Amino acid sequence: MSTIESTATPAMTAARVIAAYVEEARAECLRYLRNPGFLLPTLLFPSVFYVMFGIFLAHANSADAPRYLLASYGTFGVMAPGLFGFGVSLALERDTGLLTLKRALPMPPGAYLLGKMCMALLVAAIVSVILLCLAIFVAGVQLPAWRIGGFFLLEVLGVLPFAALGLLVGTLVKGQGAPGVINLIYLPMAFLSGLWFPLPVMPAFLQAIAPLWPAYHLNQLALSAVGLGQGGEALHVAVLAGFTVAFVAIATRRLRRHG
Amino acid sequence: MNDTRIARLVKARKSYGAITALDGIDLDVHRGEILALLGPNGAGKSTSIALLLGLHRPDGGTATLFDKDPQDIDARRRIGVMLQAANLPATLKVGELLRLTASYYPEPRPVTECAALAGITDLLSRRYGALSGGQQRRVQFALAMAGRPDILFLDEPTVGMDIDARQSLWVSIRQLVSEGCAVVLTTHYLEEAEALADRVCVIAKGRVVSEGSVDALRAHVSLRRIRCVTSLAIEALQAWPDVVSVDTKQGRTVIATAQAEAVVRRLLDADPGLSELEVQRAGLAEAFQEITRDTEALQEAA
Repeated sequence: MSTIESTATPAMTAARVIAAYVEEARAECLRYLRNPGFLLPTLLFPSVFYVMFGIFLAHANSADAPRYLLASYGTFGVMAPGLFGFGVSLALERDTGLLTLKRALPMPPGAYLLGKMCMALLVAAIVSVILLCLAIFVAGVQLPAWRIGGFFLLEVLGVLPFAALGLLVGTLVKGQGAPGVINLIYLPMAFLSGLWFPLPVMPAFLQAIAPLWPAYHLNQLALSAVGLGQGGEALHVAVLAGFTVAFVAIATRRLRRHG
Repeated sequence: MNDTRIARLVKARKSYGAITALDGIDLDVHRGEILALLGPNGAGKSTSIALLLGLHRPDGGTATLFDKDPQDIDARRRIGVMLQAANLPATLKVGELLRLTASYYPEPRPVTECAALAGITDLLSRRYGALSGGQQRRVQFALAMAGRPDILFLDEPTVGMDIDARQSLWVSIRQLVSEGCAVVLTTHYLEEAEALADRVCVIAKGRVVSEGSVDALRAHVSLRRIRCVTSLAIEALQAWPDVVSVDTKQGRTVIATAQAEAVVRRLLDADPGLSELEVQRAGLAEAFQEITRDTEALQEAA
């Protein structure tokens, strides 16, 4: 056996490996920002809801309503890029051969998922900025700069548990069935977590099981960020981190086994 | 000793549930050669490629790429791939896809050079989803060579291409090979194997049933076929010297023989009313049919 074959390989420098991760993230962001079927509902749903309920119908509610709904629709808004950006795209790409091609190519490990994560973070940032602008400039919500910054950071990072959940669903469901399954998770979870109607007006049973849903915990944190929280932030952060780690662990095990 | 084998399957087995896809296959790819894998659907061609690309692990035996495990990313940095079904992101432009794929490799080919080689220079700023099927295949070919690979895996590369596009792809493939790149090609088009391959492996039921140059494969079937409409009885023809087999197909008698001239002379003497006479040399298509049929007959007999 000659060893020439193995030594002749030009070395992949660290700079080129990093460049490959950056290119993957760039390509992933570009392709979704150019996809109106994904981008428009993701950006429009939370902002339209906010305009309707947080601004036009707000006078019927208390003075805190625009601030309260900023938290609710912010949470609702960042669920979508995580769930759809990961779940639907992964399910489709496992089905159409793109993931197989990427696995055959010398793509650095994890670049595919990191790229999707960057895309989800970026879209979550756009959703948060739109909602913050509507709240501050249209609804007249008054927030100190540190609260605005805190809310923005929370919502951007808040996409991660939903990206992890989307990843898990994307490994369980293959192909065209994924959007349906994701919607079956997305919409009921938003309702049950009190994003559409405040939890206190919901039946006691639904209030009791609300802590089961990741969106409930993110929403509690978002309420704290805008100054309407009820404390227990550390616990909510821990629960969200726990959900994220568990979803990712199950998903990577499945992905490794089934591809 | 200078070993030129850069990709190998040794007694590789792979099953999917109850279906045996590969049944102890041995396959070597040498540096700089074009190897065509031929065989019926489900014979194990795509599974062989999947093992060499590290997409699956063999259940038994070994798969190696440059003496390494194909799942080792260093080994895969020397390959290029064009798979049968891969929907690339429709909203990315061709130039962006090339730039992304090139970023995976240590010393990639410049984007403009890839585009020129694959004949897609005019498509660089178009979105992938807006291209025709044949154009998409050419883009996939450009992606396959983006990393200056030492070995290129092409799974049915010219499906959906018209004849001009197919021939211009063949020219590009030959150009890569002239730079020292090896090519593993699966194809349904026998003329593609005849036009390109240095070596042909016929795979059936998860094994290599025949291996050699295209000429050797054709010589494997030295027979020629005589087709005609004749009143002579099949039983009588079968008793003639040099006649290997006699069949009737759609009212015609088909005689297989290595001595076509002698048999034709005798036929014309014996049946003055004979008509529609045709004599054909076996092409790769016949050779391929013959080999897979022999294997099936053998396996049924066993």
